[in-house]
Amino acid sequence: MKKNKDITTRSSVYKRSASSKIEGKAIKWILLACALLSVATTVGIVVSLVVQGWNFFMEVSLWEFLTGTRWSPILKPRAHGVLPLVGGTMLVSIIAILFAAPVGLGAAIYLSEYAADRVRRIVKPVLEILAGVPTIVYGYFALSFVTPSLQKVIPNMIVFNALSAGLVMGIMIMPMISTLSEDAMMSVPRSLRNGAYALGATRLEVASRVVVPAALSGIISSFILAVSRAIGETMLVTIAAGATPRLTANPLESIQTMTAYIVQLSLGEAAFGSLEYNTIFAVGLLLFFITLIMNLIGSLVVNKWRQKYE
Amino acid sequence: MENEITQVTDKEISKNIIISARNLNVYYGNFRAVKDVNLDVKKNQVLSLIGPSGCGKSTVLRCFNRMNDLILSAEVGGSILYNGINLYSAEVDATEIRSSIGMVFQKPNPFPKSIYDNVAFGLRINGYQGDMDEAVEKSLKQAALWDEVKDRLKDSGLTLSGGQQQRLCIARTLAIEPDIILMDEPCSALDPIATLAIEELIRELITKYTIIIVTHNMQQAARVSDETAFLMVGEDRAGYLVETGDTQQIFTNPKEERTESYITGRFS
Repeated sequence: MKKNKDITTRSSVYKRSASSKIEGKAIKWILLACALLSVATTVGIVVSLVVQGWNFFMEVSLWEFLTGTRWSPILKPRAHGVLPLVGGTMLVSIIAILFAAPVGLGAAIYLSEYAADRVRRIVKPVLEILAGVPTIVYGYFALSFVTPSLQKVIPNMIVFNALSAGLVMGIMIMPMISTLSEDAMMSVPRSLRNGAYALGATRLEVASRVVVPAALSGIISSFILAVSRAIGETMLVTIAAGATPRLTANPLESIQTMTAYIVQLSLGEAAFGSLEYNTIFAVGLLLFFITLIMNLIGSLVVNKWRQKYE
Repeated sequence: MENEITQVTDKEISKNIIISARNLNVYYGNFRAVKDVNLDVKKNQVLSLIGPSGCGKSTVLRCFNRMNDLILSAEVGGSILYNGINLYSAEVDATEIRSSIGMVFQKPNPFPKSIYDNVAFGLRINGYQGDMDEAVEKSLKQAALWDEVKDRLKDSGLTLSGGQQQRLCIARTLAIEPDIILMDEPCSALDPIATLAIEELIRELITKYTIIIVTHNMQQAARVSDETAFLMVGEDRAGYLVETGDTQQIFTNPKEERTESYITGRFS
């Protein structure tokens, strides 16, 4: 770069220290290193999953893994169809999002369109506390409170079931939806609301026909992030949903999710390098791809529907 | 605040007055923003509200369709009489008022929807039963926007230029066929050519509508309005009405010296 010390005629009072230029460069490199660390971690995770997963796919075909409907990696006759685990994960996640999407969106609409400032200042932090509760606590909440309560209504429901885990998972991801959706709704300009009010719209019409559509990209991406979170959630489902890989749509049954299977096998005595051991990397790899795809869909949605107001 | 319905006297009706403010006071918390404004607006005319910044002209304007309801700290005293009804009496529903007293804002604020849906919005929420396409076309024609957008009705309203967006907002307001249209500095964000188009439009609209316009542009007030009301800020920072009259008279021969000083640019 060309020296430009002669460009200005400012007095020497403004002279910067000679080190400031080096400092600027050093900071740039330090910040770059911070950014690279997260990239490197991601690459590292993918490499370790792929390497160990590779050993698994040397013995079990990808086709058998992805389409098989029986999962029994330890007990004979062995079977390595991952669909029951995927199904279990999906069942719990669907229950969770069916609960969390309307409740979370309702809370967001209330907070952004109806609540007085004073109320919002209290309710919002309280909702965010919910997001900070350790997931193991949610697991025991599902097992020791929600399941017994549900059993009073549905007597033949077994202790470990997808429904309780899904509902509590819904409670867990709800604050994420409400907070992110509310942020999206609060960023809709005041002038749009005024425009609708001036045409004789009621508060509900302003919320449902102007604010929610205008904030749709933020709202949908909050749903997708919440589903990703539900898919990856481990402790809650390990404790409350059971340990029975089963391809079923019945939420009253005991199932096993992909994450819960990984926990179960990690705690067991599978020998390092054995086929049993390598299954967790295959399942982990699949889990990684599913959440990756969810996140990609999320950013696609955001880019497609993002509104520019200025 | 008065709660009973107040009947307009016969005398006022004979003067062809469509809406009037009586002892209007507006408070924001403890601060009085507008003091004792009395104002009559004649049917099928343009009334402009002029005055220096902070004189409360926009606040007064927002009283006419109860937009001040949306500002939590705002409190309105006195009454606005419209069709013999005090808009601030308890039994009046603000959303109903706003469908007969429309408003166009300072900055164009089309919804992030298609041009068509922007115009249809007010019709839909007001339960319009007629032919939607026809109503949309008619409103866009009235707002002198139809020729520019008829082939792109499905495009977002945000793709239009600033002047077109403002005419879209006017079309959206016209669609629900209000009696009165309030305009809050509708040209302040527009270039001179777009401004001229809006001003011409205002003159065309008064055959069907009554318009109250707030403007900081004196030439604009002189060009578009039939009557002019001049407001000022008092010692107590509250806005008050200095005088009101024929635009011609206000600009050439005002009764008050303060009006003359302001109009001739001795203060602003």
